[in-house]
Amino acid sequence: MLCDDCHKNEATIHITQISPEGKIEKNLCEECAARYGDFPQPDAKNFTVNDFLKGIFGKPPKAEPAVEPMSGLVCPNCGMTFEDFAHTGKIGCSVCYDTFREQLTPLLKRIHGASVHSGKIPRRTGGVLVDRREVDILKGRLQDAVKAEEYEKAAEYRDQIRALEKKIAASEKARKEADEHVGQ
Amino acid sequence: MSVSDLCRDYHLPWLGADGKSKMGDVALGSRIRLARNFSRLPFPNRANMKELAGVQNRAASVFSDVESAVGQEFDVVGIEGLTPLERDVLVEKQLISRNLVKQPQYRSAYIAADRSSSIMVNEEDHLRIQCMAPGLDLARPYAVASKIDDTIESRLDIAFDEKMGYLTSCPTNLGTGLRATVIVHLPGLVYTRNMQSIINISQQLGLSVRGLYGEGSETVGNIFSISNQMTLGFTEEGLIDNLTSAVTEIVEHERRARNALIMYSKDRIEDAVWRAYGILRYARSLGEGETLELISKVRLGIDSGLLTGPRPETFSELLIASRPSFLKNLAGNENLAGTELSHERAAVVRKVLTDTSN
Ligand SMILES: [Zn+2]
Ligand SMILES: [Zn+2]
Repeated sequence: MLCDDCHKNEATIHITQISPEGKIEKNLCEECAARYGDFPQPDAKNFTVNDFLKGIFGKPPKAEPAVEPMSGLVCPNCGMTFEDFAHTGKIGCSVCYDTFREQLTPLLKRIHGASVHSGKIPRRTGGVLVDRREVDILKGRLQDAVKAEEYEKAAEYRDQIRALEKKIAASEKARKEADEHVGQ
Repeated sequence: MSVSDLCRDYHLPWLGADGKSKMGDVALGSRIRLARNFSRLPFPNRANMKELAGVQNRAASVFSDVESAVGQEFDVVGIEGLTPLERDVLVEKQLISRNLVKQPQYRSAYIAADRSSSIMVNEEDHLRIQCMAPGLDLARPYAVASKIDDTIESRLDIAFDEKMGYLTSCPTNLGTGLRATVIVHLPGLVYTRNMQSIINISQQLGLSVRGLYGEGSETVGNIFSISNQMTLGFTEEGLIDNLTSAVTEIVEHERRARNALIMYSKDRIEDAVWRAYGILRYARSLGEGETLELISKVRLGIDSGLLTGPRPETFSELLIASRPSFLKNLAGNENLAGTELSHERAAVVRKVLTDTSN
C-alpha cells in the first residue's frame, strides 16, 4: 500500500486523526507520519504557530542537495518570495495565495486536514461560487420534484439551472480572458 | 464613554455569566472572531504606512453602515493616541489583542457601546471582527459578526479565493477565518487533577485549550479558553457545533468533578470558599496570582450554593479590576509595583465587593 500523503513510499504506519467532521484514518510512510508529530501542542511553553510553520520549512532535507524550486517565484502584487514566507510564516497579500498556490496546498492540508473551503462566500468577490452553490441547491430540488412527479416545478428548476450555468460559463470566460490579458 | 472612562470601568457584561446564562456556572463567555482582508492591499505585516492608512480609511468609509446594521454606536479608538497603560487595559479587558498594540502606528479599534463587539483594524489581518456573549452561546455572536462582515463586504472587495476561502495573513486562519472561543471556569477539573486529560482529548478533537492567566504552561485562576484550531474545509456552523458540543461535554465533566469534591469534602470546600471571600473582603495587600486563585474559589462557592452574598457580576468585575495595568492606570502611576501595587489591588477589590451601585 502506498502512503496516503506522498503517494510515493510504502505506507508502514496507520494513524487516526480526529477532526471536527469526524475520524480520518490514514496510512502513511515513516517520513510523512513524522510530520504529524510536529502538530502544535496547546500546552507547550511559548510555542507559536510561527514556530510550527518554521518547523515545516526551516529544516532543509539534509540528504538531498540544496534544491531551490521556488526561487524566482515572486508575488507580482507585493513582492513577497516563498523564502520570505518560510522565514516569517506570514503571507504578504491576497495575490500571494494565487502566486504560491501549488506550494501552499500541501501545507494547508497539513494544518487543516483539508484544502478546500466550504464555508461562507462573500457576494462581491465570491465569483461564480455563489451561483454554483445555488445550482447545487436547485439540482437537489429538481430531483425532489421529479420524484414527486411535479413536472411543472421540475421544468422551472431546470430553466433556472440552465440560466445560472450560462451565467457561470460567461463569467468564467470573462475571467480567463482577463487572466490572459494580465499575462501578456 | 470616553476611552479614559472605559479604561477605569471594570464592568464587562459579556464575561459576566451567571446562573441565567446558558451553562453560566462553568462557561463564562463566548467569542467569535472573523479575520478579513481587503483584496490586493498588502497584509499589515507587509504594508507601508500609506497602505496601512488606506486600510483605516476603507474601514472608516463603511462604519456608519456597520453601526446601523448592528444597531449600536461604536467608539473609534486610535491605538497610537492611547497611553501605553490604556493600551494594556484594553488588552486586559479583551476588547483588543496584544498583537494590535505591538506596533501602534495606524492601528485602531472600533468598540461597540455595550462592549460586546469590537473590530480591530491592521492587527495581523486588515480586519478582525470580534463579537462576544455571556455563557455558552456562539450562535448569537456569530450572527452579529457575520452581519458586520456582510455590511463591510457589500461595499468593499474582501480577499477571497474559491478554493481557499477567505485569505488571511497567516495560513492557519485561512478558509472561514473563524476562531470561536469559549472561556470556561474549571476549578473542579483542576482540583481533581483531570485537566491534562481534558487538554489531551480536546487536542484530538481539533481544539486548543489555554490558560487565560499565567505564564507558559503555569496557569492560575482555573480559567481556560477553548478554541477551534482548524479553519479550512468546514462550514462556520460545523466549527461552532463542534466546539459547542465539546464544551457542553467539558461542562458536564466539570459539574461532576465539583459534585464529587463537595460530596467527599463539603466542610473543607465550604471553609475554603468562605475564607477566600473573607480575604478578598478584608485583606490590605493582595498579590496578582493569589487574587486570581481567591476569585476562583469565591466563584466556585457562589455557583455551588455554598457561598451567598456577593452579586454574581462580582466575579468578572474582580477579574478586570485586579489586573496590573488596570490598577496602574487607575492610580495614574505606571511605575506602581510590588507592595504598592498589592495595596492598591486590595483596596480596589474591597471597593468592588462593597459596590452596591448596580
Ligand atoms: Zn509519505
Ligand atoms: Zn503578495
